[in-house]
Amino acid sequence: MTTTEASPVHDVDFKLELYRSQVALRRFETRAYDLFLENYVKGTSHLSIGQEAIAAGVAAAMRPDDWTFATYRGHAHTLARGVAMTPVFAELMGRSNGLMAGKGGSMHLTSVEHGVMGSYAIIGAHLPIACGAAWSAQYRGTDQVAVVFFGDGTVNIGAFHEALNFAAIWKLPVVFICENNLYMEYTRTSEVTAVTHPAADRAAAYGLEPILVDGNDADAVYAVARTAIERARAGGGPSLIEAETYRHGGHSRADPGKYRPDEEVALWKSAERDPVSRYRTRLLELGVDEPTLARIEADVDAEVDAATEAAKAGAAPGEDLLMKDVWANGGAEWRN
Amino acid sequence: MAELTYREAIARGIAQEMRRDESVLFLGEDVGAAGGVFKGTVGLFEEFGPVRVRDTPISEQAILGAAMGAAMTGLRPIAEIMFADFFAVCWDIVANEIAKSRYMTNGQMSFPLVIRSGNGGGLRFGAQHSQSVENWAMMIPGLKVVVPSNPRDVIGLMAAAVRDDDPVIFLESKALYPTKGEVPEGEIVDALGTATVLRQGEHATIATLGLMVPRALAAAEELAAGGIDCTVIDVRSLIPLDTQTILRETSATGRLFTVEENPRVLGWGAEVASIVAEEVFYDLDGPVVRITTPHIPLPAADTLEDMALPSVERIVTTIHKAMNS
Ligand SMILES: Cc1ncc(C[n+]2csc(CCOP(=O)(O)OP(=O)(O)O)c2C)c(N)n1
Ligand SMILES: [Mg+2]
Repeated sequence: MTTTEASPVHDVDFKLELYRSQVALRRFETRAYDLFLENYVKGTSHLSIGQEAIAAGVAAAMRPDDWTFATYRGHAHTLARGVAMTPVFAELMGRSNGLMAGKGGSMHLTSVEHGVMGSYAIIGAHLPIACGAAWSAQYRGTDQVAVVFFGDGTVNIGAFHEALNFAAIWKLPVVFICENNLYMEYTRTSEVTAVTHPAADRAAAYGLEPILVDGNDADAVYAVARTAIERARAGGGPSLIEAETYRHGGHSRADPGKYRPDEEVALWKSAERDPVSRYRTRLLELGVDEPTLARIEADVDAEVDAATEAAKAGAAPGEDLLMKDVWANGGAEWRN
Repeated sequence: MAELTYREAIARGIAQEMRRDESVLFLGEDVGAAGGVFKGTVGLFEEFGPVRVRDTPISEQAILGAAMGAAMTGLRPIAEIMFADFFAVCWDIVANEIAKSRYMTNGQMSFPLVIRSGNGGGLRFGAQHSQSVENWAMMIPGLKVVVPSNPRDVIGLMAAAVRDDDPVIFLESKALYPTKGEVPEGEIVDALGTATVLRQGEHATIATLGLMVPRALAAAEELAAGGIDCTVIDVRSLIPLDTQTILRETSATGRLFTVEENPRVLGWGAEVASIVAEEVFYDLDGPVVRITTPHIPLPAADTLEDMALPSVERIVTTIHKAMNS
């Protein structure tokens, strides 16, 4: 099994950008949680607090025309591709200035112009769909790569296995990224899974190399993602990456996550494990000064505040949207 | 005019579209060199090669997921689900992913794809290879559903389905594969949502679909000999549904009978009957009567399957009784 270490391949500007991205994801999600508690965000939402290094690190390795397929835990993956905060907040709040004008909600964030080809809330469904996009790129010779994110619990549903085999036999340009945060909803995945490493231990079954990476180290994630993406682009076929991480909070909504031992939560939230704190320390060690980092953080805070207000200012979606876009002709007629 | 089988028309319909448009690809189990388990796609692999006509593993979710991903990125895939009963193992991709994603994303994505499948009974295959599932597909917002009843319509509706920018479930009545029909030379392109009136009568209207069309026509002949003259409508397209033709022909005769292969409960005729009741109730001279398969899984034995599916005899007796009471 290959475990990839952080490689200081890039200059400080690149790393500052990666830091900014992680801070933005953290603070967006923190605000989203507050807005949920204030009843601005209805329904449900699934946050990536603690898992930011994966979305940020992978996005940094993607070309603008590559495709992301995310899950219901997809705010971070959507923002990391360059989607602005305002339409994402507004979508969470069910406003007409939302990314999908309020028609999708938190679990279905999509921005085709940014290559965010949907967020899917049926476990495993998007893995075969990502294969289809990759097949399309292969057929048309466009060099595009499909990257698909999913959780550790997802390795036990049939669609995972169908997609992995399919991608392998057709040598599709698709990169599968399992965010192993140890839990499904309220159950530890290891309690219901036959192997130790939910994704990596399955790689051999599809003729793939097992790849395990520290998912809380954005540099390490970036390095494995870049290798896998460029391999896929060059015709080398799919990769399956297991990135080990942890969600600081509960599964969704206001879940307090009480099914997890206190020591475990404390360990993963500690400055040594938390991806954002770790990356900050690394930058300081590389000689970046404190004011530079503080400025990035202040800029992000200002962006989050402005986006929150702009989103709140949006109107509720009107009746004109209700019967719109069932069909490609823009309408919903099913009879004459 | 040439005479083709329904089976040969499938391959011709797909070939017509693949020749015209490089973005049309075809995938499914055993569809390549083997030409399909029903031999419905013989010749496509030879003409278009293994890149455009692709054999897949037995992975229905992957087949339809691949079609969906390809469609959202600009291709026009045709995917085969061998037997329509197998939709049950990939229904998430059909009902939750393909059908909903355009609406959920506020129109950011289109899914110009066709899923064709061998549907229905008549071949003694038993309950897991015989169900008529057009009502499953019809009840999902976001899916179009067509069921051709003859070789010419197979080609015309296939062209319409492939060229449509929305997902179309294309259900082929398996028992019709060996049946023959006249097919004109050259390109054939139909419009979705158009029913055809196959026979014009003055006493009663029969709306039907797929395998039931030849049976309804045969029944109409018998009924005519006994003095009941029927109009027969081949509905062809369930979504979009050509209600205007059905309403007009129902009003003209004052009676409507549906002949449906799907199991009784919430079969497509229930929707048709409710539309007729709401919109042309005062033109009716008697109740709408549905002739369907009972609400049972289909049995395998010849005798039992024949009792289950609406037969010419059952259509004749039911209509005769209803018209004389
Ligand atoms: C087919 C299906 N089964 C169950 C669910 C309910 N569900 C939503 S999230 C989830 C847990 C998924 O765990 P994992 O794959 O580890 O992802 P994570 O939420 O940890 O990111 C479950 C069971 C679902 N959405 N879809
Ligand atoms: Mg998990």
